Amino acid sequence: MRQLFNQLISFPYFFKIAQISFPYLFLLSILVILLGVLWGVFFSPVDVTQGEVYRIIYLHVPAASVAQSIYYTMVIASITYLIWRIKMASVFMISMAPLGAIFTFLALFTGAVWGQPTWGTWWVWDARLTSTLILLILYLAIISLFSSFDRRASTDQAVSIVVLIGGINLPIIKLSVEWWNTLHQSASITLSGSSIDNEMLIPLLISIFGFYLYVTAIGMRKMQVEILKREISHNWVKEIFKEKR
Amino acid sequence: MRTKRRNRVIFVSSLVASLSVAFIFIVLAMNENVDFYYTPSDLTSSKIINKDSLRIGGLVQEDSIKISKDSLKTNFLVTDLENSIEVYYEGILPNLFKENSGVIARGFYDYSDGIFYAKEILAKHDENYIPKEVKKALVNDS
Repeated sequence: MRQLFNQLISFPYFFKIAQISFPYLFLLSILVILLGVLWGVFFSPVDVTQGEVYRIIYLHVPAASVAQSIYYTMVIASITYLIWRIKMASVFMISMAPLGAIFTFLALFTGAVWGQPTWGTWWVWDARLTSTLILLILYLAIISLFSSFDRRASTDQAVSIVVLIGGINLPIIKLSVEWWNTLHQSASITLSGSSIDNEMLIPLLISIFGFYLYVTAIGMRKMQVEILKREISHNWVKEIFKEKR
Repeated sequence: MRTKRRNRVIFVSSLVASLSVAFIFIVLAMNENVDFYYTPSDLTSSKIINKDSLRIGGLVQEDSIKISKDSLKTNFLVTDLENSIEVYYEGILPNLFKENSGVIARGFYDYSDGIFYAKEILAKHDENYIPKEVKKALVNDS
């Protein structure tokens, strides 16, 4: 177990694993997303109150789920970096933050497109929508730190602290719809079951799974790039590119 | 090396501890004013002072919608199943606006005649997603 962990946090080993698995993971994720979204859009039944417009759920829910999960994993990575100074943890945070920003934006955008016909408005300042906007701002703030310091270690330290502090927003997003009156409905899928009919739920779960695969694949690729940036003058990198030639 | 790591652990755990305290304070503070809308019971129990613009939310009471035939004037009751308030609105209603379904109205509550004059109506969707065929079957069963 410990050995596996040590291998995963070693740059050359991770690079090799990612190099091999990326194409398969990426292709698989595209296929699963296509399956889930096309099934949802063309074959699942029409919702009785919302009509056809509900189908945006097949993009909105996966995007929002991924956007938050990325931040959860970044919080874990930030603690790991702050205590054990494991460089892979900061590589992870720096690679994932832009992905998190993109998916938060996608969640906000698809939510607005759904809200206009359903609620009658693109945007309201209710607790769920506002806390999600704050998540996007947090991601952007983290990204802006990447090139704010001269020393690598200062960047990693600053990013970790901001990520950890921003973690306070996660339970607020999650619980906003339970604790306060919001325009956004409360969670449909919970541990105790789902209030979405099965015929609609199955493609949704497939789509969510596909989004997670996609983020894993792209995240690995971005981490490879970040590792190369940091280790460009090391021998193991030179050897890899020699082999290629 | 060991003390260095211990210092880091102390740093991280004190950061987490102070964040948790901050979280509790934020939530306590937000409980006062983060609600997007008030319920009819909030209004009738006169918990709220006169505000020029506020929102009320609840269900549209059954058989309470009166839409004028030659204009966009609408009257209906918003209920939270304990109290209900009459809402007056002139304008286009959202598609999801119907009886027994969630609604949020923004406007002004006139305590003298007990009518809420809405400037904007939003429909609130609940967390249930049901196909048309299933709904029909459910209605036929009951």
